[in-house]
Amino acid sequence: MIRDITLGQYYQTDSIVHRLDPRVKIAATLIFICSLFVVEQAAGYVVAVLFLAAAIKLSHVPFRFMIRGMRAILFLLLITFFFNLFLTPGEAAFQVWKLTVTKEGIALAVKMAVRLSLLIVGSSVMTLTTTPNNLTDGLEKMLRPLQKCKVPVHEVAMMMSIALRFIPILLEETDKIMKAQMARGASFDEGNLIQKAKSMVPLLVPLFISAFRRANDLAMAMEARCYRGGEGRTKMKPLQYKGRDYAAYLILAVYLALCIVAGRIVPWGSIL
Amino acid sequence: MKIVKTKDLVFEYIRRDEEGNVEGITTALDHVDLEVNPGDFIAILGHNGSGKSTLAKHFNAILMPTEGTVRVDGMDTGEQEKVWDIRQRAGMVFQNPDNQIIGQVVEEDVGFGPENMGVPTKEIWERVEESLRAVGMYEYRKYAPNKLSGGQKQRVSIAGVLAMHPKCIVLDEPTAMLDPGGRREVIRAVRALNDVEKVTVILITHYMEEIIHADKVFVMDGGKIAMQGTPREIFSRVEKLKELRLDVPKVTLLAHELKKEGVPLPDGILTVKEFVEALDRLRSGRR
Repeated sequence: MIRDITLGQYYQTDSIVHRLDPRVKIAATLIFICSLFVVEQAAGYVVAVLFLAAAIKLSHVPFRFMIRGMRAILFLLLITFFFNLFLTPGEAAFQVWKLTVTKEGIALAVKMAVRLSLLIVGSSVMTLTTTPNNLTDGLEKMLRPLQKCKVPVHEVAMMMSIALRFIPILLEETDKIMKAQMARGASFDEGNLIQKAKSMVPLLVPLFISAFRRANDLAMAMEARCYRGGEGRTKMKPLQYKGRDYAAYLILAVYLALCIVAGRIVPWGSIL
Repeated sequence: MKIVKTKDLVFEYIRRDEEGNVEGITTALDHVDLEVNPGDFIAILGHNGSGKSTLAKHFNAILMPTEGTVRVDGMDTGEQEKVWDIRQRAGMVFQNPDNQIIGQVVEEDVGFGPENMGVPTKEIWERVEESLRAVGMYEYRKYAPNKLSGGQKQRVSIAGVLAMHPKCIVLDEPTAMLDPGGRREVIRAVRALNDVEKVTVILITHYMEEIIHADKVFVMDGGKIAMQGTPREIFSRVEKLKELRLDVPKVTLLAHELKKEGVPLPDGILTVKEFVEALDRLRSGRR
């Protein structure tokens, strides 16, 4: 059962969004997030929602997967909503018990809630349509200029992809060690929190030892296959922009412009 | 020219205590002289701790000799600037299949070696396809490695080495963690490489059945080469092998015991087929 776990939250299907270059998707996510904080007026949010809806539609990922990410932050969302609602100073709208709700409070609370939800759903679109491996590749290539300032970009990307590769192996191993310890009478789900934490020790120690041994073996195997860092390395699957990627960048630019115009300049959105 | 040649090779592990003081020195290899001809299938045998894996790691410049020299395709492993050439020429497959697969997809893993060597993208794809076909794993190229069986993973590892176009492949107990089916799969793939692609193979193992097809066998014991010769020569000395704590194939053992009891069988019978033929000859000789 532990084998079926999916990494990240990639949703396997074929769509134009899936096929886009990971760099485009990373850039799009960043621009989308920025746009949410640039926008001040309702019309800007309408543009953002429309843009996001179009992206979701194109991605062929069922909407409930997008919402899934929301569940994790629901609590945070509620806290920010109520704090903003009650604690913003301004003109009183109505009173609940001893707390005053202000007009400004309502506006701010709604705005923050909308921002946060859009932010989460927006980044879900990226993680649902890009494999972790692809994301790493994209990040490596985007951050390459940093290599000039001695940031080990290639190394970090390599570490990320190796970590991803070893997650299923270590999970399987955890399962095996757990069963071995259970066969000798250990129990992992009895007692209070402290007892439970203590029962993890006989699980973690062997796991750590084996992880180190694996790391040692892997390093040797990599060296045996001529790995010597990123320099002089070629790529089997190099990232290359295609027509659709340039088109996506163009759409992004248009979106950003629209957002700024609708969200900041045009006055007819000042309902909030 | 010899593909691998060691001369007076000595390797010492220095054991240290927690403060870094030398506690003792273990001599893992003790004046080993060994030569391998290009295109040969070489087997290196030995029980645990005999130094066979340490020896293998010298062929790939992972370990450096304490004394003596190792030459791979004419290059001394002691020369720093030749290390990558040597590693490309003598590829290495390790014991644990999980700990040597780097890619998250089979084809990406096979491409890892050529990527490191700076091979152009187009050629990487050609090499990956040809290597995966050579080990019979081409249909699995899009699989995640953790979905494969042990034997299949090990064949992917072999393909990964093969894609670097080595002259020689060193396999360090590649079958030790596999079930009998996986073991057969891997050995079949290795033999095919040797027969078809003419790659020199150095197989390190403690399974006797795997070495009967070798051109030459070296038996290691206590860091020294204790015996060397063709499989037939090695297996005709059953008593000596037992002394070195090594198993002998069951047929060879049976023939040996029968001979001790007075049945006139030849020495060094390796397969059931040979055994049956020898018995047949014996019977018709009696008639």
